[in-house]
Amino acid sequence: MREFVEGSQAIAEIVKLCRPGVISAYPITPQTHIVEALAQMVADGELSCQFVNVESEHSAASVVLGASATGVRAFTATSSQGLLYMAEVLFNISGLRLPLVMTCANRAISAPINIWNDQQDSISLRDSGWVQLYAENNQEAVDFHLMAYRIAEDKSIMLPVMVCMDGFILTHGMEPVDMPEQEKVDKFLPPYKPLYKLDPANPLTMGLLADPDYYLETRFAIQETFKDLLKFIPKVNEEFKNHFGRDYKDGLVEEYYVKDAEKVIVAMGSVCGTIKQVVDGLRAKGKKVGLLKIISYRPFPYARVYEILKDVPRVAVLDKAVSLGGYAPVAVEVKAAFCGKKKAPKVISSFIAGLGGRDITLESIKEVFAKLTQREINLEFIDLKPELIKEEYGE
Amino acid sequence: MKEIRIHARAGQGAITTAYLLGYAYFLKGMYPYAFPHFGAARMGAPMNAFVRVDSRPIRLRSQIYEPDYVLVVDPTLMRGFNCFSGLKEDGVVIINDKEGAEIPKLKAKQKVFLVPANDIAMRTIGRPLGNTALIGGFAAATGELDRDTLLEVVKKRFSGKAQEGNIQAIKEGYEYIKGVLK
Repeated sequence: MREFVEGSQAIAEIVKLCRPGVISAYPITPQTHIVEALAQMVADGELSCQFVNVESEHSAASVVLGASATGVRAFTATSSQGLLYMAEVLFNISGLRLPLVMTCANRAISAPINIWNDQQDSISLRDSGWVQLYAENNQEAVDFHLMAYRIAEDKSIMLPVMVCMDGFILTHGMEPVDMPEQEKVDKFLPPYKPLYKLDPANPLTMGLLADPDYYLETRFAIQETFKDLLKFIPKVNEEFKNHFGRDYKDGLVEEYYVKDAEKVIVAMGSVCGTIKQVVDGLRAKGKKVGLLKIISYRPFPYARVYEILKDVPRVAVLDKAVSLGGYAPVAVEVKAAFCGKKKAPKVISSFIAGLGGRDITLESIKEVFAKLTQREINLEFIDLKPELIKEEYGE
Repeated sequence: MKEIRIHARAGQGAITTAYLLGYAYFLKGMYPYAFPHFGAARMGAPMNAFVRVDSRPIRLRSQIYEPDYVLVVDPTLMRGFNCFSGLKEDGVVIINDKEGAEIPKLKAKQKVFLVPANDIAMRTIGRPLGNTALIGGFAAATGELDRDTLLEVVKKRFSGKAQEGNIQAIKEGYEYIKGVLK
């Protein structure tokens, strides 16, 4: 049923429909409304689930790790500093092959302290072995959570999934969302049946010491599964379409007016909506521009990106995070997709925008298209305020 | 596409106001996107809430710089901010008339309406939360929304005494502007 609902409330609703047995979380802006709503549902008896209050994100991640290891479907959500504080547990979760799902309400990282949106938090956990899906709008955020459990819990996958949604812009944004019915969710997402679980009646050890004779193969196995995910995510999206009617194609990327485009922006998350708006405006004036939206950042769909962009003359990658001292996090992947290949865009320029909640306007996106010329640009910050970047050394 | 910008202080109910307006548009079969932008993220700090609405899903995620409508929940903000920056040539402003707010000088086709929203709220709700009186005035001044749709939305959002008070506040805000327009 279509509802007018805040993003966070919609996420709480879909998590409820997924019937988790354990939720543990520590509140942090802008994730707070999600876990508040879930705690309320549990307290009101609407959701039969154990909600474990903890003193930190490290403990929240540890609780859901433990819960998942006992064979229970579990959920957590966090943002920013909270995600970083979870970091070592997140690597453990993927290493233990536990099919957890979490929401990352994307927010900037301190210092200086900043509660507003960018994607530095989840991007910084790029190598943690979690699948990362980025939502453009709240409908996608809802649907991706549902698909996340299907993907994570499949016996051929058994890896955790992080659904990333831009803090405030989506978490606090209210818009119409089609909320699936419980019956349909149950058909799409059957109860979780673990391959192995911690059970006193049938003792086993998880996460034991793997010495140099064994560790390398555990990482190889995860890397192989990430390759499988490039085929499995499209399969789950196909199933999702058959159950719910919404079509995300392969669920890895979305093409928007790319076919005959001379200039394409590559981006992730809610900014893709703003880019579509600009593309429509420029197309109406006869400009051949387009957007390639990356949905799955991990696994990164190199082959799809290559196929889609190989004949596009000019590509701009717009990152909402930085890898300080290196190329931008999405740009580096797009460039890698063409390394050593026969065909490639003549220009792949890289832009940074929206850090710490700096508003990305229609003008910001028009500027990116305007600066996408024959001259390749690397790491240009859009909407910089020159008056704030004077060097001062004091006495 | 229509765009509404709300100026308030954190804690004055601007997000609820944006929600109520968005919900009312939703009931009309439109596609609203209502969202806040916080400044210092603490009670009393200036903040904005926004509503962008169209007949098809909203994709634009930026803040609103060229509003069709401006709602000023707290007129003391007009001292430090240009609450009317970027207002459309034929834009409409609704101001909560408390503490003798001064009517700003605007362009020829722009319209300003003062609603004694806090007085109405004190009478109807018992607290100085003028939001619902203000959106009642908004509906009357702009014709964007029906009064009855707003009442329906208030019934969904509030219950008990708060519902009664806010329903009355919307009616009084609406009637006040209808009276001014006569």
